[in-house]
Amino acid sequence: MANSKSDIEVKKFTDHHVITQPNPLRKVLRRVADDDIDDPVARAEKALSDLSGEFRQWMEIEVGRLADAHAAILKNGFTDKSRDELFRAAHDLKGDAVTFGYPPAGAVAESLCRIIEHAPDLARVPADLIAHHINAIQAIVHEHTKLDTISISHELSKRLRGVADDYLARVNHDRPEHLEAVMAPSIAPAD
Amino acid sequence: MFRIDFNKLRFLISDDNPHMRRILRTLLHSFGAREAYEAEDGATALEMYTHYVPDIVITDWAMPIFDGLELAQMIRQPESKGNPYAPIIMLTGHSEKRRVTVARDAGVTEFLAKPISAKGLYQRILNVVANPRPFIKTKTYFGPDRRRNTNGAYIGPERRVGGEFEILQQPSLLDKARSGV
Repeated sequence: MANSKSDIEVKKFTDHHVITQPNPLRKVLRRVADDDIDDPVARAEKALSDLSGEFRQWMEIEVGRLADAHAAILKNGFTDKSRDELFRAAHDLKGDAVTFGYPPAGAVAESLCRIIEHAPDLARVPADLIAHHINAIQAIVHEHTKLDTISISHELSKRLRGVADDYLARVNHDRPEHLEAVMAPSIAPAD
Repeated sequence: MFRIDFNKLRFLISDDNPHMRRILRTLLHSFGAREAYEAEDGATALEMYTHYVPDIVITDWAMPIFDGLELAQMIRQPESKGNPYAPIIMLTGHSEKRRVTVARDAGVTEFLAKPISAKGLYQRILNVVANPRPFIKTKTYFGPDRRRNTNGAYIGPERRVGGEFEILQQPSLLDKARSGV
């Protein structure tokens, strides 16, 4: 639905051009009555809810991927490739866990992502700090259905985040750019 | 009140995670979309972008080969043969303020921080369909107008020279990312 080049208007100024064109997507907008009963958002939420039966299995797959990435690092040490794989696995968990119904696992994954992103030298990060994050995520997911573990999961994620933040603040005391990023509040919507 | 005819829109989803692609596909189909092409890395996404000419791109940030940021930069090439103007929605697990700024400066149209919600995605799509912004081309930038600062007296180093003062009255990408909708 892109416009042809003749529809595009360019205004030239001293150091910039402003380019305007008729809205190529305008024709997909349709006016409806305010009391229209069709609700696409509700429909999508229902579809997501119907899909939720698969979320546990998806979480298990994501956690397995994280554990594999960690095992590769324990065996061969950090390389660019192994670091990237660990980060991507943790980063995906961070983004997916809340949607899949595992917010504490997402919080721990976020803490692990911060360590990977902001530690000056990953090889010098205490091995236990990374291992505890991996183990916590596995435990939270595997014990998910037990009601008495929910508060423990939240407490565990908070504690690990606290320890990781203390570590990152200490090792980044002379790296203001990283320190600022570590201290900055998250922009992710609250769960 | 406006609704979108999703069945007239063509989407390109770029995400290396199959579960997130499935969720996005489910949401888009529930909205009414019929055409949603999927790529699992930035290079494939760019190829599909050229081939399928999607109306809207939804991309993850962290991907193999090249990431969503590089994908946005490659799409936003003013001299390219393809369409450099398509709206790009960055859907990402990154949740730091500086990431929003970096994404904005790469030409991203909307930023949506995970966890994803049906409402958040719908609002982003509605915004790019109903409120497209003019494009700006400078020596160092080509993409949607980034001006959201309502302070007309701003004289910072990046104030553009020439042309009447115009401001888009809408919240910044960062404010929207924080609100989650």
